[in-house]
Amino acid sequence: MKRVLISGEPISAEVALAGLSDLGGGAVSSFTGISRDDGGVTAIELEHYPGMTESSLMRLIDEAFARWALLGAAIVHRIGRVAVGEPVVVVGTASRHRADALEATAFLIDRLKTDAPFWKKEHYADGTSVWVDVKSSDDDRSSRWS
Amino acid sequence: MRLMYFAAVREAIGVASETCDLPADVHNINDAIDWLAGQSSGHALAFQDKARLRFALDQDMVPLDAALGDAHELAIFPPVTGG
Repeated sequence: MKRVLISGEPISAEVALAGLSDLGGGAVSSFTGISRDDGGVTAIELEHYPGMTESSLMRLIDEAFARWALLGAAIVHRIGRVAVGEPVVVVGTASRHRADALEATAFLIDRLKTDAPFWKKEHYADGTSVWVDVKSSDDDRSSRWS
Repeated sequence: MRLMYFAAVREAIGVASETCDLPADVHNINDAIDWLAGQSSGHALAFQDKARLRFALDQDMVPLDAALGDAHELAIFPPVTGG
């Protein structure tokens, strides 16, 4: 099972991960990223590159299937305006044994951060907004998988 | 060629996409950026720091020196910040 979904509506881990536990494996692992209040942020806004986004996420899932013994993988990502406290992204994987699912989940979220064409803008309570800068720590975490 | 702009690049230029006939001496992305930067003050602002730009040709990420070849779509954007 391979699932990629870009959603303009609120997402939930429960819906994003549906089916992963029914694949006959012994392990389901997941990561949920949540819109965070970084010093007065009220919401974030996500822009993406329709078409390339979906293909780049499916390519990451294909790469994860090639590297680990997976039974399923899902990536669900929000676009548009996301209020603080709401999920931005859910990544989930299923495998027979836990190590494959745990490592593949970390791989998928680390590489999503550097490879998938999303851009994040922070909106502040005073009405201002700013595009988020790329973090060198994200590059470091992503490059450890190459 | 169809040009696609995202995030701060889109905002600086003022449009999300446009279609351009690039001059015959534009062979790679670096050439295209240099030529596009002369098209308006918004383009010049968006492309003033090439080290902070990323590129996709027909929806595949490529480096600044990539040849345009017969690609139909060039996207220009800041480093990605999803997740």
